[in-house]
Amino acid sequence: MSASLDKGINALKEQVDSSVAAFFSSCVNCGMCAEACLFYTETGAPERTPINKTEPLRRIWKSEYTLFGRLGKMFGLTAKVDDKLLTDWETLVYDSCTLCGRCSMVCPVGIDITLMIRKTREGMAAAGHAPKDLIGATKRAVTIGSPMGVKLPALMAQIKHVEKDTGLKIPVDVVGAEYMLLLSSMEIMNFPEFIEAIAKIFDKADASWTIASEAFEATNSGVQIGVSDIAAELVQRIVDAAEKLKVKTVISPECGHAYMAIRWDGPNLVGKAFNFKVRHILEILDEFRKDGRLKISGKEEQRLTYHDPCQISRRGGVINEPRNLIKLFSDNFVEMPDTGKMNWCCGAGGGVSSNERADEIRLRVFQRKKDQLDEIKPDAIVSACSNCRIHLEDGLEEYHVDIPLISLTETLADHLTED
Amino acid sequence: MSEIEFLNWVRGPGFQIATIIFVAGVIIRFAEILLLGRETNLAEAKGSEMGSGLRTIASRFIPDKSTIQRSTFTIVAGYIFHIGLFITLFLFAPHILMFKEVFGFGWPSLPTPVVDAMAVVTIIALLAVLTYRMRNNVLKFLTTTEDYIVWLVTIAPLITGYIAFHRIGLTAPTLLAIHILSVELLLVLFPFTKLMHTFTIVLSRWYGGAISGYRGVES
Amino acid sequence: MTEKTNNKGKSPADFNQRESIQSESAQFDKTLGETLRSQGISRRSFLKFCAATASMMAMSPAMIPKIAHALENARRPSVIWLSFQECTGCTESLTRAHTATIESLIFDSISLDYHHTLQAAAGHAAEEAREAAMKENFGQYLLVVDGSIPMDNPGYSTIAGISNYDMLMETAKGAAAIIAVGTCATYGGIPHANPNPTGAVSVGDLIKDKPIINVPGCPPIPVVITGVLTHFLTFGSIPELDHIGRPKVFYGQSIHDRCYRRPFYDKGLFAETFDDEGARKGWCLYKLGCKGPTTYNACATTKWNDGTSFPIEAGHPCLGCSEPDFWDGGGFYKALSMPTENIAQTAIYAAAGAAAAGVALGALNRNKKNNAVATHDKTTIDDLEK
Repeated sequence: MSASLDKGINALKEQVDSSVAAFFSSCVNCGMCAEACLFYTETGAPERTPINKTEPLRRIWKSEYTLFGRLGKMFGLTAKVDDKLLTDWETLVYDSCTLCGRCSMVCPVGIDITLMIRKTREGMAAAGHAPKDLIGATKRAVTIGSPMGVKLPALMAQIKHVEKDTGLKIPVDVVGAEYMLLLSSMEIMNFPEFIEAIAKIFDKADASWTIASEAFEATNSGVQIGVSDIAAELVQRIVDAAEKLKVKTVISPECGHAYMAIRWDGPNLVGKAFNFKVRHILEILDEFRKDGRLKISGKEEQRLTYHDPCQISRRGGVINEPRNLIKLFSDNFVEMPDTGKMNWCCGAGGGVSSNERADEIRLRVFQRKKDQLDEIKPDAIVSACSNCRIHLEDGLEEYHVDIPLISLTETLADHLTED
Repeated sequence: MSEIEFLNWVRGPGFQIATIIFVAGVIIRFAEILLLGRETNLAEAKGSEMGSGLRTIASRFIPDKSTIQRSTFTIVAGYIFHIGLFITLFLFAPHILMFKEVFGFGWPSLPTPVVDAMAVVTIIALLAVLTYRMRNNVLKFLTTTEDYIVWLVTIAPLITGYIAFHRIGLTAPTLLAIHILSVELLLVLFPFTKLMHTFTIVLSRWYGGAISGYRGVES
Repeated sequence: MTEKTNNKGKSPADFNQRESIQSESAQFDKTLGETLRSQGISRRSFLKFCAATASMMAMSPAMIPKIAHALENARRPSVIWLSFQECTGCTESLTRAHTATIESLIFDSISLDYHHTLQAAAGHAAEEAREAAMKENFGQYLLVVDGSIPMDNPGYSTIAGISNYDMLMETAKGAAAIIAVGTCATYGGIPHANPNPTGAVSVGDLIKDKPIINVPGCPPIPVVITGVLTHFLTFGSIPELDHIGRPKVFYGQSIHDRCYRRPFYDKGLFAETFDDEGARKGWCLYKLGCKGPTTYNACATTKWNDGTSFPIEAGHPCLGCSEPDFWDGGGFYKALSMPTENIAQTAIYAAAGAAAAGVALGALNRNKKNNAVATHDKTTIDDLEK
């Protein structure tokens, strides 16, 4: 079977629920969401107004689920969804949105615009209007197991390096371990120091953990392209592995959308509550801190700030934990203007960075992050998402700004008290 | 039809017709929304849905700092005309009498000159809001015909009310009847337009707050 | 105020009776001035009357000598007063003269040739007097009408076997002008009120080819009637009328705009019942149903009983009696801003109906969504492209 407009329209119909209906009923076209979205503020293009991105979903809601809209449809008066609309909306729904959620926080009538853009992607993808790069990444995720095409041998190779460097054993497929760690392809390929950091910290904290060879990938391309069926398939692999290894908690690593996918979307995608917990690595580390299992010494002298990854802070609920942890190794910490749940997106999540067509706009909207940094002039930026990290580095280079990015977990590991 | 007959009609059958369409329309809209239902969230909750939802209904009244800086006009003018509408509609003695008749209870009123002044302020705010909508590039892009119609039926009762109160132009019974008729027009169009946000804002803010609160984020 | 030394204790009715007994031709030979002097009205009193009239009708003092001159030399015109479906309240109002007043002077300046209540004659003699006056003064007499005219069945109200309609049309033919006195004659009044069983209509509904001055009120203020008559006598023309035929000089301001309790309305201080603190303190009667804001009349300035008081001052809300259809305004004690029907009940019925409709529509919505879910084609990686 192939993608078709009918499938897309049907998908949109499925996506309408009481929250969507309440949201569209309440929108008064005030335009405040535009001022919260970096894709609008840095380009001034009114079509990038967040609520406008949901137009295909809105038309389906209106014409299918309201009396007035249905009557209008009978007389051909209600706007409909066709291929032209979906084509025109591709760059709005995919290239110009990271699902960062800032618009949802700002809407005066409380609309979760982000949720609706995510739902709109279901219709777009089923109708064949997803960006081709995302389609490629998704295919790789499903067939190979990683959107970047990282296979088990590559992972094992990195693991070997880490074992050699640390002298610690990286547990793989250990049945009965308490924690099962997921890893994003980005970390495996670009930041294997993360695996090293985990090994050191968990060793010192005396925590039993493992990596599952059958499900090590944290990134969920299905969520980014907006196809719940595929997202569910990817989540199911993790569920199967976790159950097989009988772990208590699955840890989502330093990756934003992975956390959203497994922690908040996961059970709803597979249609069943998990019989294990899901936590972000920062939540686990903060638990260790509270239980006194983290012995940290020495301080970072440089002026640090924290970039809140949208899916972890604003959309994920892990806002205080990173700050508790940073305070362990820094007395020279400054918050960004607009911080915590109102921090600005790096501009690369939600499929934007996997989409080459969106490169130009992604770099253009980075100006917003740069303006934030200009106000506080930090020496380094701490973050907890490797995608943010890569693209913050990218953007800073583009704008000729020399501020290094450091991973929170890695920095913690660097400051572990040696016995 | 004499003036008084016209006035009696809008106070009588006209009011009834408007009430029927308004009440029926609002209830049907609510049914259309709520009966769609929402799937249960199977993820492990980090915060309470109901509590967060309710809190957001109140907390969304206060924008965060950067939003106030970026959307100053919309917020300030928006509050002025909403508060003005509230005062002129609910705190004016003759209006409270009308509510008392319909609901069975009334409440204290503000002195009439205060309400009169507020009406002027509200009219000015609404004119400013329209001007802004027609000139700002985001709003120009978003605005539909419905937005203009809604603006008209919202400002009409204010203007006709002011004119009726000050008896400008025509005789008193006709002016009063026109004012009441303009309100009836507003009531009749209410359920079919974005004016529904008056009631559905409770739902949308609740949902928005609940979804976010489930994940432990106050919004 | 005025002195009629020879005529203390006499009512205007006495004069009319006497005048009509005098020879018919003699009536028209004497001017008003001669008549008044013969009745012992001093010139001073007469001028006082002219001054009062001028000021009441908002004319400049320069008009006083003009009024005096005109009245003095006026031939007393014939006035025929027809009473149809009325309660005689208008006549009662006019003739409320406990002491000789300005109003009574007016009766001396006209020749009231036909009036059911005031005339001495009865039966055929009365009708003959009317017919004679019409013939003698054809085209010049003033026709005054009070009471509405039933149109459903002419038999509902007849005089000497003549239906009101016939009598009106007949008498109107030779009238110079018509003054409709009281809300019944001007707008139908109480007979016209819902359900209007007699098919009552106003004078203005029937006569289209004669100048009509509407002097509504239930009843009208006496001095308003006499003021209009004076205007006609002085200038031979009709005063400026508003859009429903009322003289602007008396009906140009609403009660609300001239009410002495207005400051309380503005401050939002209202009497809630007839005997609460607000009522005793004389607060605004809006909440008790006062129709002052939509009623145009001179009550608040000219008042009643020689300027003694008017309904609001006496503590009762204005009924709006000088406006058409005031009986059908939803009740005298229902404030203007209140709807006249039972809106709460209407809303409840609408809600009940809507709940049913809502459930149906909600079910339709649910159904549509379930269908969409049921017909969900699972999307695999092969379904991402067309």
